Amino acid sequence: MITEGLILSAILFVIGTFGVLIRRNAIIMFLCIELQLNAVNVAFVALSRSVGIDGQIFVFFVMTVAAAEAAVGLAIIISIFRHYETVNVDNFNLLKW
Amino acid sequence: MFATVLFYLFAGVAIGGALGVVLAKSPVASLLMMVVSLGSVAGTFVLMEAHFLAAVQVIVYAGAIMVLFMFVIMLLNLGHDYEQDVKMGAFAVVSFAVVGVMAGMLATRFGGLEGDGPAAGAIAIDAALAEHGAVGAIGQTLFTDYVVPFEITGILLLVAIVGALALAKRNVA
Repeated sequence: MITEGLILSAILFVIGTFGVLIRRNAIIMFLCIELQLNAVNVAFVALSRSVGIDGQIFVFFVMTVAAAEAAVGLAIIISIFRHYETVNVDNFNLLKW
Repeated sequence: MFATVLFYLFAGVAIGGALGVVLAKSPVASLLMMVVSLGSVAGTFVLMEAHFLAAVQVIVYAGAIMVLFMFVIMLLNLGHDYEQDVKMGAFAVVSFAVVGVMAGMLATRFGGLEGDGPAAGAIAIDAALAEHGAVGAIGQTLFTDYVVPFEITGILLLVAIVGALALAKRNVA
């Protein structure tokens, strides 16, 4: 079950990475980041079969950080949308050179 | 054997949902596919003896966080009339290459972790589950060995609440 879990984790992480690279909608990019975090959780749970319950504790902390990150990130998206009336990241080029 | 079949079923649905997140055009469809994926991952958690985490995954991730996303999509009125936002051309090719390299690097790390018979961690987890139950097994470790990180997590959530409020508040001044 460990190897299968790690393979599942890798596939989900790669799909999430691809989504972040290919999509320009800030909310969907954000969803794909959540997908990556979730893939890492799968790896932690799979490896907890090898190292013990500590792996599951880490998943707990990752979930907490993901919740905090979602709250702050969505607040940033809302305030950007108020300013630019779009969530397409190609339009946010203030820091581009 | 039944557990293995179930695992592959859940894994397949999770991967399909993840692909749906990336490929769906509408943000709402993406979000619903994400809920499917998270739910299936919760199923795999159950099969890997992480019962409490499976429940938390459904309640917190698929429940609370995805509802938060849905609120924002509805609030910003992004559910329809979307613009095409997929990068095409050279960028897509480079993305494929990056992702391919990444998949290759991850694939070389598999194997060798599982010997014959149940792994040491699995035995320890089964013992903890039998002694304390699904919640107790996590709680026992969380409130002894990991109590300081747990408290810091509380502070992190407080900071996140204050930050989200400060960012999303309409500027009255």
